[in-house]
Amino acid sequence: MAAPTGKPVPVPTRETQPYWEGCKRHELRIQKCIACGHYQFYPRLYCTACMSEHVEWVKASGRGKVLSFTIVYRPVTQAFAADVPYVVALITLDEGPQMMSNIVGCPPDKVYIGMPVVVTFEDWTEEISVPKFTPV
Amino acid sequence: MASLRGKVAIVGVADTEVGVVPHLSATQLYVKAAKLALEDAGITKDQVDGLITCNSFVEPYLYHAEMIAEYMQIFPRYCLNVATGGGTTLAIMHHAASAIATGICNTVLITMADNMLSGLSRDKAIEVMSTAGHAQFERPYGPPIPGFYALLAQAHMHAYGTTSEQFAAVAVACRKHAALNPAAQMRQPITIEDVLNSKMIAHPLHLLDCSLVSDGGAAVVMTAAERAKDFPKQPVYLLGVGEGHSHEHISQARSLTTSAAKEAGERAYAMAGLGPQDVDVAELYDCFTPVVIIELEDLGFCAKGEGGRFVEGGRIELGGALPVNTHGGLMSHCHPGHPGSLFSVTEAVRQLRGECGPRQVAGAEIALVHGQGGIMSTHCTMILGKERN
Repeated sequence: MAAPTGKPVPVPTRETQPYWEGCKRHELRIQKCIACGHYQFYPRLYCTACMSEHVEWVKASGRGKVLSFTIVYRPVTQAFAADVPYVVALITLDEGPQMMSNIVGCPPDKVYIGMPVVVTFEDWTEEISVPKFTPV
Repeated sequence: MASLRGKVAIVGVADTEVGVVPHLSATQLYVKAAKLALEDAGITKDQVDGLITCNSFVEPYLYHAEMIAEYMQIFPRYCLNVATGGGTTLAIMHHAASAIATGICNTVLITMADNMLSGLSRDKAIEVMSTAGHAQFERPYGPPIPGFYALLAQAHMHAYGTTSEQFAAVAVACRKHAALNPAAQMRQPITIEDVLNSKMIAHPLHLLDCSLVSDGGAAVVMTAAERAKDFPKQPVYLLGVGEGHSHEHISQARSLTTSAAKEAGERAYAMAGLGPQDVDVAELYDCFTPVVIIELEDLGFCAKGEGGRFVEGGRIELGGALPVNTHGGLMSHCHPGHPGSLFSVTEAVRQLRGECGPRQVAGAEIALVHGQGGIMSTHCTMILGKERN
């Protein structure tokens, strides 16, 4: 993908800072509930399964499967025009949570539902690296 | 739980002109729709004691409903601005019905409008709407709104074998109906091939699988059922209403192929004591063609996974088993943003009044209207009838 000029660069909040810290180190972090073992993404104050506030950050395997995807031909803004056609996908991580990302490093027409993928990182700024996924 | 069944009626409906309306501002569209609905109800503004609006993308106000009341110089005892995206209309009517049934107020004016096309331009409107994506966890990946819905479409195709031709059949039906509606923005009939040959926007959705960007406004007047006969037009009664809310962001959805329309529909049917087999005409939220197929399934008109086959062969067209979006829907009538589904309500009321001329569903007595907002996030189903009981 092209340099992120004009793209919406994520602005971490107090709640999401540890996630983006992880991304900066090319490490995909999700939360795990100490009380019940539930994994969750995006980050929250407490566990959505049991509402325990004892949630910890863990490094995810970075592996998952494509839950669904689309190949975008009409870019959302001009900042994405150089990338078309690009793949926006939902990924189900091996730990359970799902997240949105791009599938990169593979022709768009080779992506399929159920495709095993692994995380990779794009460094957008000094502070922000964005997790993307590529076929295993 | 107390039921709203038969307690509230719609006694006035109106649409402004829709499509490309450069000579009216967003606020003017709101107040124009309001004036026309009051005229349809045969009442003066002084008889309105409840006002509900949705905010405008183009001319937003911090307290939008208060702004419209101030502009019109009405002084309601109940004043509310609701925001659940495309589901807003029906959620608003749920609130209005509850307020009337509990005596908070007597007569509610609901007005919704925007001028996404003339006020923002098509490109800007598309960009503004894409801010529905999560700022940190979705928008960096560049999903346009059709891309969000394409994720649902792709999942449905994968799970159930739904085809692009079946998605296209929804657009063809809406356009066929719009051709019979002089008010509609797009009236030139289209074929399944036209849809498949239109530009690919976000695979598998083509340009003609997507709804319009429009200007326009609509308004309705609701009051207590026991007063409804005092109004000049045939009242239309609220028989059932239900909501379902499953997520805000699509990346957090419980399911891509089954939506909270299922809960909304079940709640509305239970209140009405009716089922899908009783519905004569359905006005379903059609921001993108796959949405109609998922709604038909979730609202019980066919089994899960059968929606693609259900829309084949003209079944959802006038003359078919279940005419859907008889005004042309968001696909072909107009889609000014939040107000989009209010045109489904004004159409359903006119169908039940028998006012629809060449697009009239003969003998329509029960109409189902469904709105959804966000990315299949918020859902509200309403069942309307000609008779109170």
